[in-house]
Amino acid sequence: MLKFKEKAIESFLILCSLVTVFTTLGIVLVLATESVRFFQEVSIVEFFTGTEWTPLFAEKRFGILPLVCGTLLTTVIAIAVALPLGLTIAIYLNEYAHPKFTAFVKPTLEVLAAVPTVVYGFFALTFVTPLLQSFIPNLSGFNALSAGLVMGVMIIPYISSLSEDALRAVPKSLREAAYGMGSTRLQTAFRVMVPAASSGIIVSVILAISRAIGETMIVAVAAGQEPRLTLNPIHSIETITTYIVQVSMGDVPRNSLEYSTIFSAGITLFIFTFILNNVSFFIKKKFQQKYE
Amino acid sequence: MYKLEARSVNLYYGEKHALKNISMAIEANTVTAFIGPSGCGKSTFLRCFNRMNDLIDNVKITGDILIDGRNVYKSKIDVDEHRKKIGMVFQKPNPFPKNIYENVAYGLRIKGVNNKAVLDEAVERSLKQAALWEEVKDDLKKSALSLSGGQQQRLCIARAMAVEPSVILMDEPASALDPISTSKIEDLIYELKSKYTIVIVTHNMQQAARISDKTAFFYLGELIEYNQTATMFTNPSKEQTQNYITGRFG
Amino acid sequence: MNSSQINKIKNLGFKSFAIVCTFLGLVVLAVLLYVVFSQGLSRIDWDFITSLPSRRASSAGIYTALFGMVWILVLTVIIAFPIGMAAGIYLQEYGKKNWFTNFIEVNIANLAGVPSIIYGILGLELFGRVLGLGNSILTGALTLSLLILPIIIVSTREAIKAVPKSLREASYGLGATKWQTISNVVLPSAFGGIMTGLILAISRAIGETAPLIVIGALVYVPFVPEGPMDEFTVLTIQIFNWVTRPQAGFVTNAAAAIIILLMFTFMMNGIAVLIRSRYNKKTKF
Repeated sequence: MLKFKEKAIESFLILCSLVTVFTTLGIVLVLATESVRFFQEVSIVEFFTGTEWTPLFAEKRFGILPLVCGTLLTTVIAIAVALPLGLTIAIYLNEYAHPKFTAFVKPTLEVLAAVPTVVYGFFALTFVTPLLQSFIPNLSGFNALSAGLVMGVMIIPYISSLSEDALRAVPKSLREAAYGMGSTRLQTAFRVMVPAASSGIIVSVILAISRAIGETMIVAVAAGQEPRLTLNPIHSIETITTYIVQVSMGDVPRNSLEYSTIFSAGITLFIFTFILNNVSFFIKKKFQQKYE
Repeated sequence: MYKLEARSVNLYYGEKHALKNISMAIEANTVTAFIGPSGCGKSTFLRCFNRMNDLIDNVKITGDILIDGRNVYKSKIDVDEHRKKIGMVFQKPNPFPKNIYENVAYGLRIKGVNNKAVLDEAVERSLKQAALWEEVKDDLKKSALSLSGGQQQRLCIARAMAVEPSVILMDEPASALDPISTSKIEDLIYELKSKYTIVIVTHNMQQAARISDKTAFFYLGELIEYNQTATMFTNPSKEQTQNYITGRFG
Repeated sequence: MNSSQINKIKNLGFKSFAIVCTFLGLVVLAVLLYVVFSQGLSRIDWDFITSLPSRRASSAGIYTALFGMVWILVLTVIIAFPIGMAAGIYLQEYGKKNWFTNFIEVNIANLAGVPSIIYGILGLELFGRVLGLGNSILTGALTLSLLILPIIIVSTREAIKAVPKSLREASYGLGATKWQTISNVVLPSAFGGIMTGLILAISRAIGETAPLIVIGALVYVPFVPEGPMDEFTVLTIQIFNWVTRPQAGFVTNAAAAIIILLMFTFMMNGIAVLIRSRYNKKTKF
């Protein structure tokens, strides 16, 4: 009887673990089947090479490039903010700051990642954009710049905390060896610690990029809804995620070709993040083996 | 019939041959000490008796272990039931993060005993046997983690005895304790001998000499010598034993 | 100037720059809070909390959105906690090192990185269409449950991993079965860590907007939901809606609603920090 109970519990636990597998399976199946229907009507070549995205207009064009471009533009701006800041903070907290200061600042910075993203959207649209407009007069009310900058601040803790963890995992003896040879803190940090922690730092950056690509509410609120093939950040653009929100909130009839665009956009987004996540997971696994 | 018996026991951690063809017999109501340098396999061998090695992946065991003449590695045997008959005390005190009472009552509770009178009686009896009763009888509801290290270890001994096993395995029970706590534990072991068969792994040769009836010396996974403690320490038959107990290595 | 002096100056330069960077993040956070509070605080009163949505900014409230959020959270907790904890327990305590657990591990790491809007698409199709639950509270809760599952699983595993092996051995040594050991010793010892993870997962669910928009949560809900099959809106969607309106009054409303939302988020994070520190003090092994 007791043995039966043990077996029953174990089976239940396995079943619960399998929920995660079914989730992945579900995502892939949903995106794939709906996309297949989409690509029966739209040529895959047009989808990936077309430079206009106008599925909701009378004259429909299905080139995903403008959306991809918008997504990459905001992501690049965000990383351009978060990478130098996050990495500098990580090095400072690990090499210079008093441990008590680190113990206070790290969780406080992590609050940045806990603030709901719709709040950042509000901040970007109603504060940062007007502020920037006083410097850049022809900045559009919706623009990639302000959304990207705010997103960059949001993902600072992803880079700073994970990089700090990676730096901390570097054996103490290495740092002592560097100091022993008369290196300054700066030299120790950049010539010894950062290279030694490089894989962990790279993982943190990749995760931050993946996070920025998938971010929705900041760009949906502040970056606009105009698919545009441009790298100029002062214009209104549209990201993949914003487009999905736009269709979801509109009154596009189900089962229409217009509606199925969210699945083809979704699978594009999924593939991007899937590749990034797996690269980072792969690096992380290799890195762990190196240190153990 | 012997209380405990090992017949050509071999144990492998993956590729590593950790115990090599060990056979020995232990009589009831005796104290047997396992000595030897770190990594010689003495703790691993001790853990064969209550099948604790089952918890480690990638371990393979051949040979027989008999308790009261019953083979404990027969596939039919119920491991959990088997472990209930053998108490174990570990290197570091490891009380559960519960109160003192619940720690001692744990073994009975998992057997399904919830009768308060029975539990009360067992808790009191075990704590008395472990010479801890007088110190804790007024605050049995206090967290076990608030006790000192020596008290925690005696609590762990009480916990092992509450289910009335016939064998108690001790894996370096005093290695993390101060000298006064250690001597209390040693006194305790001496007294418990009349009721239990005790096997103790120890790093400390004086301790082995003080408390055990027989001593077994292990080296590199082999049982080098097994004899009366007095004989072993005054007149060992093997040179390796001689070297070890005179402190030439280890 | 010799090279050692140059090095000293560089070192000092970097240090100053680093301090600026560190405080920049904190300053942005402070400015954000100031902007929100200065705009929204005066708008918050009892009417704002108990009023239904309205076309006029001055009489609109967050009543239905608050109720929708609570409904969603309660259901998400009921669905996701047991499954997530069970999966975490399985992977940490039962799973042997083989291809199966390795596969599940990679899979969970992947799911944790999937953008939340993709979960919305999954929820829309699987729960909304295939299971026929439409754009109900239940669809929303199921979707968010899948979204926070990786967080719960990972934190459960971490908490269980921190329980010393010696405690498990003590329990097995007394003849306890695996589940007896887990339920009587491991889980109580890991309780603080597990709770911290669960609360952070709720905090994440509170802040989510995109997946609920995709499953078809409404923007305008003039009634309080009464059951899991009702349509709903939540606070974040209400904020999104107000932010995108051109009239200034709605921006004020958005700021006020953000204050309420942040209160929930920060409260959850505060509780998590509290549990973590108390638990760390109590159980030092």
